[in-house]
Amino acid sequence: MKTPVTFTLNGSEAAAFADPGQNLLDLLRRGLGDLSPKYGCGQGTCGTCTVLIDGEPHLSCLVLAEAAQDRRIETAGGLADGPDLHPLQTAFVEGFAAQCGYCTPGMLLAAKALLDRNPTPTRDEVIEAISGNLCRCTGYEPIIEAILTASRAPNRAPNRAPGRTNGRAG
Amino acid sequence: MAMEFRKDLFADERDDNLNEIGRPHIRQDILGHVTGRSPFYDDHLFDGLLHMRCVRSPHHHARVRSVDSTAAERMPGVVRVIRPSDIPVNMNTLLALLNFGRDDEPLLTPEKVAYKGEPILAILATTERAARDAVAQVTVDWEELPHVLDVEEALSPDAPMVNATYPNNTFDYHDRYDHQKLRFGNVEAGFADADHIVEGEYQMSPIEQAPMETCGAIAAPETNDRFVCYTSTQALFFSVAVAAKQTALPSSRLHFIGGTVGGGFGGKVDSHHEPLAILGALLTGRPVKYQWDRAEEMQVGAPRGAERWRIKDGVMRDGRIVAREFTGFFDAGAYTRLSSYAVQKCTGHIPGPYTIPNIASNVYCVFTNRTPSTAMRGFGITGVDFAIECHMDKVAEQAGVDPIELRILNAYRDGDMKAHRRAAKNCALIESCQVVADKAGWALGAEARAASSLREGGIGWRAEIPETVIDRAGEIGERKQTGLAPEPFAGAARRETVPAGTASEHPATGAVPQREDMVIEAERLGFKVATGTPGPTAPPPVPPATPPGVPVPYPNTGSGTSARTAPSPGPSLPAAMRSTSAPPSQPSGASAQPDRPGPAAPPAVEPPAPAGDQAQAGARPPRRPGVSRFISGPRGRR
Amino acid sequence: MTLHHGRGFACNNNPIGMNLGGDPSQALVHATPDGKFKVALSAIDLGQGMKSVTRQIAAEALGVPIEDVYVDTADSDTGPHDMGSFASRGTHRMGNAVIRAATEARAQMLEAAADELEVNAADLTTDGRGNIHVKGAPSRRITVEETAQAAQFKQGRTLAGRGIFLVPMSDVDPETGEMTPVSCFAHAALVVDLTVDDETGEVEVTQINSAYEVGRALNPKLVEQQLIGGAWMGVSHALYETTEPCYPDRAHGPEDFNQYLQPGPGDAAPHHISVLERPAADAPYGGKGPGEMCANPVMPAIANGVYNAVGVRCDSLPISPEKVLRGIRANGGARPQGGR
Repeated sequence: MKTPVTFTLNGSEAAAFADPGQNLLDLLRRGLGDLSPKYGCGQGTCGTCTVLIDGEPHLSCLVLAEAAQDRRIETAGGLADGPDLHPLQTAFVEGFAAQCGYCTPGMLLAAKALLDRNPTPTRDEVIEAISGNLCRCTGYEPIIEAILTASRAPNRAPNRAPGRTNGRAG
Repeated sequence: MAMEFRKDLFADERDDNLNEIGRPHIRQDILGHVTGRSPFYDDHLFDGLLHMRCVRSPHHHARVRSVDSTAAERMPGVVRVIRPSDIPVNMNTLLALLNFGRDDEPLLTPEKVAYKGEPILAILATTERAARDAVAQVTVDWEELPHVLDVEEALSPDAPMVNATYPNNTFDYHDRYDHQKLRFGNVEAGFADADHIVEGEYQMSPIEQAPMETCGAIAAPETNDRFVCYTSTQALFFSVAVAAKQTALPSSRLHFIGGTVGGGFGGKVDSHHEPLAILGALLTGRPVKYQWDRAEEMQVGAPRGAERWRIKDGVMRDGRIVAREFTGFFDAGAYTRLSSYAVQKCTGHIPGPYTIPNIASNVYCVFTNRTPSTAMRGFGITGVDFAIECHMDKVAEQAGVDPIELRILNAYRDGDMKAHRRAAKNCALIESCQVVADKAGWALGAEARAASSLREGGIGWRAEIPETVIDRAGEIGERKQTGLAPEPFAGAARRETVPAGTASEHPATGAVPQREDMVIEAERLGFKVATGTPGPTAPPPVPPATPPGVPVPYPNTGSGTSARTAPSPGPSLPAAMRSTSAPPSQPSGASAQPDRPGPAAPPAVEPPAPAGDQAQAGARPPRRPGVSRFISGPRGRR
Repeated sequence: MTLHHGRGFACNNNPIGMNLGGDPSQALVHATPDGKFKVALSAIDLGQGMKSVTRQIAAEALGVPIEDVYVDTADSDTGPHDMGSFASRGTHRMGNAVIRAATEARAQMLEAAADELEVNAADLTTDGRGNIHVKGAPSRRITVEETAQAAQFKQGRTLAGRGIFLVPMSDVDPETGEMTPVSCFAHAALVVDLTVDDETGEVEVTQINSAYEVGRALNPKLVEQQLIGGAWMGVSHALYETTEPCYPDRAHGPEDFNQYLQPGPGDAAPHHISVLERPAADAPYGGKGPGEMCANPVMPAIANGVYNAVGVRCDSLPISPEKVLRGIRANGGARPQGGR
């Protein structure tokens, strides 16, 4: 039997029917077409499927879809405000904090949850915040630096996205 | 973390005033990455998608007596079972594309499995859960067989046969030997002359590529009687060719889309998902996804193979290595995949970045009852480099030489003859050692600090191919019967000699561009181009500055076009742009430079034209024997 | 318990491109009517930056700003054949193919511009900012956009190019192993500082100093990504990773990331990198692929550092605490080998 589920997804109302046993990751991706959370292991050990539930990072592969009822869900797909990138996204762009990009959505959300509750984290706090999110490409250092950079961005107001992907860094 | 550039080194070989090259431009794909919109293969949604899961062997080695899938077929959501007999061309080997090796691996195995996790049946269902549940309902009657897991046990006469295509448990090289040989000079004579013999054995572990995105493919019928396939492959046309072969569809009916991949590191070359997904779409008329879960990725997905290496060095008192012998075993697992290639790749790499007058190696691609191994970052090189560099420290200790000085002492230099019988060029090992020693505050002696890749290579014996002792041991099947030891020259080998200087001509340069207007002007390629005709009297290049110049954090971040230097007159063409029929260093007129109009170009030197390249051109600088312990002394060669 | 400091060194070279050659790459370049360029490939971007580096190469070879170039890959209907992204071949093979394709397109662009300016195409050059002008006379110029419009709407010409790069395949001699493996090598040397805990056997890398020779850093930030990430992977291989911890026995193979160990973000050691650039003659702008060679020297450097710290030779990977402890015990205690 399918179960109706309604929640807030990136600020908008969302409704879908969940299959028995379906996890939130699958519901978001296939039920609602938000492809930004990624499947990495299905075991809760890699963090690529991280979403924020009521502001806290959760592994959506381990969350039953029905458990999202009436909750506030945020995904990386909703981080930017229209064309305006979130400061974390800007910092990842300019800091070369992504290579293959597969862990990036989950990493950004883990970082957002940190900055939302602790706007000026220490390096160790950043490391702790992303320690559940694996990255195979970068060696983590550019990611740590990008999060620290974002935390120092003036007012952390959303930045205007570059109109092109060809801006010059450095 | 800090990265700095040593622009002072090799500055006379580069023109750094390029417009876009050298700039830290933001990645083209980065906006997609940070917004979660980069289209990975699994980000393509299809209505009516079917999910594929495989029934896998729980045994290392077993015969399939019977398979009963009737209960599975009755499960809700199950749409189709794919059996080995459903696959038009079940057998393949990856390098069939290069005509290397025989088809030895089934996509789904009909009779005898040779590793734990080997797939024998695929089930398509409307959800992944249903497919998993159905797989659990398949009953298989297995007859367990004796297995072998160790590479050297697999070579023994009584080892079980892993792979029927290669019944001796070794890949066949040249239809003659059960290994790939490398022979250069006379290692036995070198060992006899040496002051020390240093031996070691090294073992690489099997390692998972562990891309964050697991391997997979989605195939779907297209409206034009074709199949689209979204894939995580690292090699698009490799996968097209494998899929076309195994599905027996003309490749014109296959439309592959990929290119945005969540990490690969070598683990996404094997092309097993694409043919199975396409076959599923062909058999059901529905879109089909075949995706590994993480457990499959780690245990069924091919890892970096384990390698075992034994190295034996003959070393002089001062640290010069005069003979080096390798015995190497690549653990291919049950099927060839790409291990046969890695054996030849590492053979071409031996003995590492060092100039040693006597070298021999036997390297084996061995079949064992484990998950087939495949490529990973540094494939064919990582394992042997681990062995070599661990061994170099043992040699340094035995000889009482500083480890970095030992490397510099033995390092290859421009013009040195390598064991695969081609001259070294574009060397930079010595400079890399010097820079890192400075950086780390590791004191080096004056000679090591003064050494250069550009000087004193390619002189005398260093440039020559020695008379070489060969054996003919280890023919296919011989080892199984005799228990022959794997080392070079082991057993009652038949010795012969190959005369000094024996090498064929085969320049390692790209084929010439097919039309003149594809030939870029040399001065637009960023090389400092020759301004005159270098000859035998040309002075040796200036040694790199020691102590070094000032490092720069990032080069070329300015506006770029303002500070361009005028292109030098009379450029020569880089090797890639010259005819392949002419050796790089022979000025052979029109054929060597087919596309350069205008004034006569100087003799075609490599754009970076150090002494070593001149040596290759037959215009060697004066030989300077005996000036340094780094290049002289007994060579241990007869 | 004592923490012993150790220092290990290793260096290496790494072949660039598929061994023995025989692995072609192709590229197609064409201009839109307003003078922007599209590059069609079948190369794979697995994170190493193929889309980005080929874009830079195309812009450089065309002589136009990078903003005016986009790379589209990999659709087998539109991108011509490529062997794939492996063996450090992407930049080398595909980069050369892109240079050839862009060069042919540039030749047509200069011919079209020459007609408009009524000069000889050989007398024209680009300024890299979207203009084509007479060499030595920057005011006698036409924009790339005007040129493309004239070519396509007035002259009836395409501004397009095709490129292929193939290193013809080499044989291997069965007796001597004679072969032509590759045309160039990248280089690395590094010094690893580490500590070994003689009670737990744990090894912690505390600092890496490295020198990497990459031919030319076509994009220094992409190179830095590879070098930092590659060295991290080298540390991971050296100390943690294995799919078969009891090799050759297959027992206890990990099936998730709780069992398959890698260093986390808190384990990254400071890494100080120097980049050397000795351009290779047949590499695009001299650049060699840095992605593979950067990980390789870390493993032996760590093994050598462990020996330096406690006198235990770890000749099999990974260098697990168990192996270190067994070695220390076999030696009757830690045997530091002295400072470096």
